[in-house]
Amino acid sequence: MTTYIVRRLLLAIPVLLGVSFLVFASVRFVPGDPAMAIAGELATPELVAQVRQEMGLDRPLLVQYAIYLERVLQGDLGRSVRSGLPVAEEIANRLPKTAQLAVLSLLFASAIGIPLGVLSATRANTWVDSLSMMLALIGVSMPIFWLGLMLMIFFSVLLPRWLGLSEPVLPPTGTGTWQHLVMPVMALAATSMAIQARMTRACMLEVLRMDYVRTARAKGVAERWVIYRHALRNALIPIVTIIGLQFGTLLGGAVLTETVFAWPGLGRLLVDAIGYRDYPVVQGTVLVVTLGFVLVNLAVDVLYAYLDPRIRYH
Amino acid sequence: MAPLRRRQTPDVVRRLLRSPSAVLGMVIVSIFLFISVAAPWIAPHDYDQANFRLARKGPSAEYWLGNDELGRDLFSRLLHGARLSMVVGLIAVGIGLVVGTPLGLLSGYLGGATDLAIMRLMDVLLAFPSILLAILLVATFGPGLNNAMVAIGIVSIPVYARLVRSSTLATKNELFVDASRSVGANDLRILVRHIFPNTLAPLVVQSTLQIATAILSASALGFLGLGAPPDVPEWGNMLQKGRTYIFSAPHIVVFPGLAIMLTVLGFNLLGDGLRDALDPRLRR
Repeated sequence: MTTYIVRRLLLAIPVLLGVSFLVFASVRFVPGDPAMAIAGELATPELVAQVRQEMGLDRPLLVQYAIYLERVLQGDLGRSVRSGLPVAEEIANRLPKTAQLAVLSLLFASAIGIPLGVLSATRANTWVDSLSMMLALIGVSMPIFWLGLMLMIFFSVLLPRWLGLSEPVLPPTGTGTWQHLVMPVMALAATSMAIQARMTRACMLEVLRMDYVRTARAKGVAERWVIYRHALRNALIPIVTIIGLQFGTLLGGAVLTETVFAWPGLGRLLVDAIGYRDYPVVQGTVLVVTLGFVLVNLAVDVLYAYLDPRIRYH
Repeated sequence: MAPLRRRQTPDVVRRLLRSPSAVLGMVIVSIFLFISVAAPWIAPHDYDQANFRLARKGPSAEYWLGNDELGRDLFSRLLHGARLSMVVGLIAVGIGLVVGTPLGLLSGYLGGATDLAIMRLMDVLLAFPSILLAILLVATFGPGLNNAMVAIGIVSIPVYARLVRSSTLATKNELFVDASRSVGANDLRILVRHIFPNTLAPLVVQSTLQIATAILSASALGFLGLGAPPDVPEWGNMLQKGRTYIFSAPHIVVFPGLAIMLTVLGFNLLGDGLRDALDPRLRR
């Protein structure tokens, strides 16, 4: 087990180096002077010169990358062009908000998606199955920012009108209370929920065909027990991987959800930074979010090996 | 997934037609393709004609889906938007295919250091949440529809490279490849004539599904203001502009989103149907 974890950790290093190199290189492709891009368009020539010198922009690319990497490893992601604050600080302020949204969405998506998949599999090829799979496919096909807007119309206009209320049922934007979380979480969870339902159905169908399930049924184990105890536990293994991959989709989706609901997380920070050509913030946010995604996948792989002993020996 | 061979094609079509959801997908995709080609002739009004008297008016007999924030006909704009979505979908998928397929073929066929180098590069691209990589690329090269298409295409390269690599690995040790080599075929001929055709079936399925993804991603970039310029009737753009009037004129945001959803649903249904029709393991 330890060997497996160590090997998996070592394999992540080139990926992380590659990711950081790509993020580092991106600002070099911005039309114009990279020093100007990092210092901001309104920076004084002295500041631009200082940035150029500090970041070694007049030196070979690999040296520049080494300087960049050294700074990143020390937690220095540069300074925001707009606010003048360290990028790491800006990210640290916003990260909890996005993490809250992503984790709650993932829990909500699993709580609905997995049972829906089980229901579909146990009633395969009936109208229940067709209906839930059609719903899941619609969930995958829907732009989540549009779903967010539709939820807004529903909870702020339609539902109050039907209930004869003068106030929106849920606050359309902002943060602070649990009510503020309901719509963003629902919107962000939709795609993930749909993917989990489809995946659970497929895995369950495969497992339900296995000999040991037939044996369990033959020896008279209650159907509910067969499904949850024997089948779902084994079907869950690939589902866990999918949930891990979903985390990346959720972090990406958070950019859109946060824009719709004016949620002050990393996604909003990124979109605002693009608008202001605040490249240090763009680079830092993309780097941190991707790092989070890589680490979550790493954790999932380890969990996977723990759940399924066969993996460790391959 | 079985290789796509000529004599097998009618069989695949028959299986595809037997699935109601695949047929629904085909119908939606056909309507979408028809609209995107015929938009200028079937649009009832000029999509760009502003009329402030009609601004934000709801659906009427004259303007079926109502008017947008500048009083332009929403229905005509949606029809023209289909065109842009089709172009984005096809070009993004084209980029992914043209770059990803050769990388996957080389990686799987040559193995060794080439395989290692290509696949590690693909791992790096896959390490990014996909929309985030597209955003980074667009932020770098500047917003715009062309850059958005290219970014979405680049993001999909590793998907194709991995898919083709695994089909290549499964095929390269087959007897017919050995036979071809023994009669003197060189590597290029083996790759193009014998291995590539065997990757076609999964590629067809993946490309269909990938068009759906590309349309969704393009609308997301449009919604974030990173896609087409403001006046262009791209669906994501329309949602971004209409957002301001969500409570006073909800139809401006309802219909473009429905258009995206239906189109993406069509490609997803068709892609799923194709997968089932081409995958012999699922045959009953």
